[in-house]
Amino acid sequence: MPRLAVWIVRTSLIYLGCGFTVGAYMLLNKGLTLDPNYRAWIYMHEELMLIGWMLQFVIGVGFWILPRFMQAPKYGAIELAWGAYLILNAGVLVTIAGGWLEGPGSSAALIGRALEIVAAAAFAVYIWPRVRPFLVG
Amino acid sequence: MPLLTRYFIKASLMYLVAALLVGGASLARAPLGLPAWVGLLQPVYYHLLMVGWVTQMIFGVAYWMFPKFTKTQPRRSIPLGWVTFFTLNAGLLLRVIGEPLVTLNPAAGLGWMLVLSAVLQWIAGVGFIVNTWARVKER
Ligand code: HEM
Repeated sequence: MPRLAVWIVRTSLIYLGCGFTVGAYMLLNKGLTLDPNYRAWIYMHEELMLIGWMLQFVIGVGFWILPRFMQAPKYGAIELAWGAYLILNAGVLVTIAGGWLEGPGSSAALIGRALEIVAAAAFAVYIWPRVRPFLVG
Repeated sequence: MPLLTRYFIKASLMYLVAALLVGGASLARAPLGLPAWVGLLQPVYYHLLMVGWVTQMIFGVAYWMFPKFTKTQPRRSIPLGWVTFFTLNAGLLLRVIGEPLVTLNPAAGLGWMLVLSAVLQWIAGVGFIVNTWARVKER
């Protein structure tokens, strides 16, 4: 597995742990109601699970497993992929912080979402030429 | 394909069907005059889909395909893999039954089902992370 894939997949595992913990906390409170405001955590939970865990895991495995180039650089424009990874995670963290501090519709949360879109576009541009038959070019 | 992977994938396919049935029932509730409790199934629907289907499919395929931990222990801990499988599914099934019941009858003393479900699913998440982390490595 190339280094960047290790970073992306391990980061997604961290989000999986955080997201399951928040989910378990909310579910526990749905049963016991120690914290009647448990629903305040839903936005963070959704972001951790859908973007931090699932989307990121898929990107990481795609980066690892899709066909490489026969000539160096085997992974193509790797700086672009690193950029997508860093911007994606900045986006997740800004979205979570913005949603928590100022609400899901706040400009901070929207900036986080915009970063996620930029990251998705960067990754799409990066991976595009690697979507092809194995051992070509 | 290891036995545990087959269990994960087949279970995940069953959750996909179950999720689509629940989602369909939610949509059809008003037009078909289905009982009101069907309207409470939204969180169950999401989690059947996201935990039962997608996450469980990922768990099973990663257990099978990720780089080997060592030559002698390629999938790290097989028992921990099974613990992950059983806690995830027991936890999710408890939730599927318990969540609508607790919402319908908050005073019926069934909250323990959700507490147990939360603990079981959390153990599954941690179990998967522990078993997988060291297999995510450079060659
Ligand atoms: C990949 C995994 C998961 C995804 C994608 C996910 C996604 C979501 C989403 C989208 C919601 C919002 C639903 C709504 O607005 O009604 C939600 C709510 C919730 N989730 Fe998860 N979730 C995941 C795993 C979990 C786990 C493992 C637990 C518990 C151990 C959990 C517990 C909850 C609870 C308690 C709520 C609030 C339900 C309510 O009262 O409305 N989630 N989740």
